[in-house]
Amino acid sequence: MSVLEKADSGVAPRAGLVGRVPALAVLEYQLVAYRRTWRAGVFSSFLLPLLTMVGFGIGVGAYVESGVGGVSYLDFIVPGLIASTALQVAVGESTWPVLGSFEWIKVYFAQAASPLRAGDILGGHVAFVLFRVLTSSLAFLLVAALFGALHSPWALTTPLLVLLIGLAVATPVFAYSASVRSDSYLSLLFRFAVIPMSLFAGVFFPVESLPTALRWLAYASPLWHGVDLCRAATLGVAPDWSVPGHLLYLGAWAAGGWLLARACFRRRLVV
Amino acid sequence: MSKDGVLIRARGLVKRFGDFVAVDGIDVEVRAGEAFGFLGPNGAGKSSTMRMIGCVSPPSGGELQILGMDPRRDGPAIRARLGVCPQLDNLDPELTVRENLTTYARYFGIPRRTARERATELLEFVQLAERANSKVEPLSGGMKRRLTIARALVNEPDIVLLDEPTTGLDPQARHLVWERLFRLKQQGVTLVLTTHYMDEAEQLCDRLVVMDGGRIVAEGSPRELIERYSTREVVELRFGAEGQETFAGKLAGIGERTEVLPDRILLYVADGDAAVAEVHARALAPASVLVRRSSLEDVFLHLTGRTLVD
Repeated sequence: MSVLEKADSGVAPRAGLVGRVPALAVLEYQLVAYRRTWRAGVFSSFLLPLLTMVGFGIGVGAYVESGVGGVSYLDFIVPGLIASTALQVAVGESTWPVLGSFEWIKVYFAQAASPLRAGDILGGHVAFVLFRVLTSSLAFLLVAALFGALHSPWALTTPLLVLLIGLAVATPVFAYSASVRSDSYLSLLFRFAVIPMSLFAGVFFPVESLPTALRWLAYASPLWHGVDLCRAATLGVAPDWSVPGHLLYLGAWAAGGWLLARACFRRRLVV
Repeated sequence: MSKDGVLIRARGLVKRFGDFVAVDGIDVEVRAGEAFGFLGPNGAGKSSTMRMIGCVSPPSGGELQILGMDPRRDGPAIRARLGVCPQLDNLDPELTVRENLTTYARYFGIPRRTARERATELLEFVQLAERANSKVEPLSGGMKRRLTIARALVNEPDIVLLDEPTTGLDPQARHLVWERLFRLKQQGVTLVLTTHYMDEAEQLCDRLVVMDGGRIVAEGSPRELIERYSTREVVELRFGAEGQETFAGKLAGIGERTEVLPDRILLYVADGDAAVAEVHARALAPASVLVRRSSLEDVFLHLTGRTLVD
């Protein structure tokens, strides 16, 4: 029998949803690849929040007798840790995997030879990153709930908030990872962006304790906006900044990052 | 497809990278069902041409029509009907052999069940059925290349593009790939391939263009090209260590043409044995004598003054 014998009607059948949204085929590929490693990740995605919560919330918290702004230290840092987990997972999944897909295993080039466009390839991979952000944050949320650190029904909105944080940081990082040719640049990103943000963007202490110049850096970082929103949600209090302001600011990072990343993907894939 | 059966039509096609002109105004027509080759050394512009045909590289000038469509506008629609086997394998080494095919099929919007069925058939075809569930990473170069070819067929393409399909493979693996490609050809699949191996071009191509420095220097079937640009037979003489030039002058008049290479002298003649007799009659004693048929290598040498493989 001929390998290329056209089946049935002679017209290749188009799969419904994937036919309409080609990026879903890329997401599917990423999930198939993830199926090989997810078990190893599940344990650590519960262990890490557990350890940080015990270490910082209960260990350090024991010395912070007055709490922060009227809430216990554990309750104060839990939403911050949820937001910073979203940041770390989003950046982690948008650095090496993206560089590797261009430089090492070159799957993006294989995808670009199919009907997929640069935007589909980018969109499908970003969707996978959001999936990872969401599942990791849900693990954290679950541990937090067990510790009784969630105090408001608004906590139910945190999954949406972490998705927004994830999108706001993943898209510009995709652009960055698509523009560099060596992974030593990726470590720079962690050293000079991720770690400072995690430490100074309001996760462990209010940014008001920072000197003015640094405080403005914290305000500029997407993480602070995410932390403030998450904290408002889990504690059921008003955020320091207006909610639409936060959402718009993170949305602007996401939109700007998307346009930049798509341009970078096109430059690499269509030459 | 246009009515005259031309699947790919290029007119004055140009590709520039900054100041560098990789493809310098080529005219090409590929018809349905033929195996068409771009033969030339590295840097001749073959891969740049292939990337333009594959709709992942916009032309810098000239016209290009593929399956009756314009790659600048209809890239995704054209790519949906192409099968691409790139020069460097870009399989996912962490996935299984089968998953590499099924995930790729999904990029074409092929339903999961159809994708699974096709993967089974194609793995049978490229003789990898028993490795279906093993990871790609430990496979040999030849197996990976066959898997890449299978992947290129997953969407039942109208045209299969193969960029240097056997470069880097050992002889046995090359023959297996050739044999599979020959089968495809017999089934009427249109193949477009680049190669710098003349034997590959001779084995697989119905028609080919010889490229050098971004231009097409000759076009025809392998047989036509050999008849037009070379003699029927070639005598290869090697004269030990003294250097070939010393002897070149003494061979004047034997055959139609003489090429002096660093390690041997080629005599282009109609009758090889008669020419060898003439060499001996002139009291020359080459260290080795080989009479062979002309090949595309000789065509290339004649057209460019250089050998194909460095």
